[in-house]
Amino acid sequence: MSGHVTLPDEQLAEQSSPGGVGVAVPSRGRVVARRFFGSWGGRAGFALLAVMFLAAFAGPLVYPWGYTDKDFTAFLTPPSPSHWFGTLQTGADVFAVTMRGMQKSLVVGLLAALVSTALAAIVGAFAGYFLGWTDRVLMWVADLLLVLPAFLILAVMSPLFAAGQWPLFVVMLALFLWMVTSKVVRGMTLSLKEREFILAARFMGVSPTRIVFRHVIPNLSSLLVVDATLNVSAAILTETGLSYFGFGIQPPDVSLGTLIADGSKTATYAPWTFWFAAGLLIVTVLAVNLIGDALRDAFDPSARRAR
Amino acid sequence: MAGFLARRLINYVALIVVATSLAYMLAASALDPRSNYEARRPPPPPAVVDARLDELNLNNKTPVFQRYLRWSWSVLHGDFGKTTVGDPVNADLARRAGVTLRLILVGLIVGSVAGVLGGALAAVWQYGWFDRLTTAASFLVLAVPTVVLANMLIIGAVWFNDLVGAQIFLVSGETTPGLEGGFLRGAADRAQHLLLPTLSLSLGLIAVYSRYQRNMMLDVLGADFVRTARAKGLRRSTALTKHALRTALIPAVTYFAFTFGALIVGTTFTEKIFGWHGLGEQLINSIFTNDVNTVAAISCLAAFGVLVAALASDLMQAALDPRVRVG
Repeated sequence: MSGHVTLPDEQLAEQSSPGGVGVAVPSRGRVVARRFFGSWGGRAGFALLAVMFLAAFAGPLVYPWGYTDKDFTAFLTPPSPSHWFGTLQTGADVFAVTMRGMQKSLVVGLLAALVSTALAAIVGAFAGYFLGWTDRVLMWVADLLLVLPAFLILAVMSPLFAAGQWPLFVVMLALFLWMVTSKVVRGMTLSLKEREFILAARFMGVSPTRIVFRHVIPNLSSLLVVDATLNVSAAILTETGLSYFGFGIQPPDVSLGTLIADGSKTATYAPWTFWFAAGLLIVTVLAVNLIGDALRDAFDPSARRAR
Repeated sequence: MAGFLARRLINYVALIVVATSLAYMLAASALDPRSNYEARRPPPPPAVVDARLDELNLNNKTPVFQRYLRWSWSVLHGDFGKTTVGDPVNADLARRAGVTLRLILVGLIVGSVAGVLGGALAAVWQYGWFDRLTTAASFLVLAVPTVVLANMLIIGAVWFNDLVGAQIFLVSGETTPGLEGGFLRGAADRAQHLLLPTLSLSLGLIAVYSRYQRNMMLDVLGADFVRTARAKGLRRSTALTKHALRTALIPAVTYFAFTFGALIVGTTFTEKIFGWHGLGEQLINSIFTNDVNTVAAISCLAAFGVLVAALASDLMQAALDPRVRVG
């Protein structure tokens, strides 16, 4: 790309190539995608996560055992052709429950990350754009949530998540993930605010709320995409910790956290009860982190190739 | 500087008060101490339960706000109330605070020193084998949740002990009860107990700090002032430690305040899994036993801890960065 084209040259170029014939400038999305898939981490992370998704959602469709089924002829048996990952003490099939747990962890992680990043974008952009009392109140709330021990609050509220109320769990999880990002967004909004296109919009009489949603937040999209990715792994890790102690996903439903908690008790003499769930969790989080890192490099043209 | 710190301090105190009050209200309305009595056989008469709950300020028939007023009044006098079995919360937590503090301090020192050193060295030897190894290792460690890491360490330790036929790693509690022998034997026993929990707590910190410190250090290494330091005849090691590392430490110190909250959660998991009788273990137990007063007291301590960390990072920043001291 030639970085020194002056405006008349650009206009000339547009006029001389009607209908976009000539040098096709690749769109930003395509550039980012090419850089993302060009990196080792991006390819590996994407492939791993795709495999995890496929296994978690398509696996149970072809597998004969459901996650609530019990095989009363096989208690705590090692992996075999009929039970790919072996069975638990109750006779439940480890592959079936692990895939169910993966579904829950992936869905909870993705949704919580989306909600928290959206919250961070809105709060940070409003605080930075409006300043004054809006800023003071919003940032004080962010400070307050940083001080409140998230694990404790979520654990205390855990009775509310029982009986299929996991969407509430997702919202609460998201509520404790947005604070640091919102401070970064606020800082970036402060500098965006002085840019010409924002000033132009303001002088044209566009309403402030509309400026925030149409001009400020879209210009922070690269930061937000990367942040959302990293929040996925943060949400999955938090969910696992809570579920491990019985404060997250409640039985009869399972998540990787509850499986790891049960498996750790029998791990020394029945390793398959622990290592499959733990291993898949680690691989999932690793894949998400690799994607986040590759995305960060892909969005940032000045990024050092930190490999 | 003093005025700035004073304003910070007032804001922090206000945050602690609001955070603790919120935690109390939430715990008081979500937890149900009455259910502890219903499980007893034979169930005690309701009047007796009510009288007992009233005495402990845990009766859910009293409006939450009224209970909150009585609780905050006693907290103002330095008393966090009583547990569900009637023991004073203060005495219990004072005993446990020492355990948690020992674990958290050792974990924090090991984690931050090793992380900063590892990250700085990785930056100095960018793309060398050490850099590649630490980058890969930290990526892997960051993907392992504390609960899994702690269990993996325990499983590994049991396997290793079986292999060598001796109890090298001890995985439960802080000391061996009823241990005979002198001071040295006791110290060795403590070290054996401390090793794995410290690892479980600090590995994550090392990974986070080394990644962060590596990036900061890389930014600084190419800077003019480091070249100037070398040009005026300083040895490479002196230029790197006195000029580059010191400057690169400033953002890491700011970051320290943010990681402290995560450290508290990590300590909770570590204590519970390794059977250390500290605050974190008590937090999980108290939620299960509907112990409202203990939950509120621990959240107050946690908020206090986070803000002490924030204040410490402000002060360290002032110590490292002359511009903060002057400005």
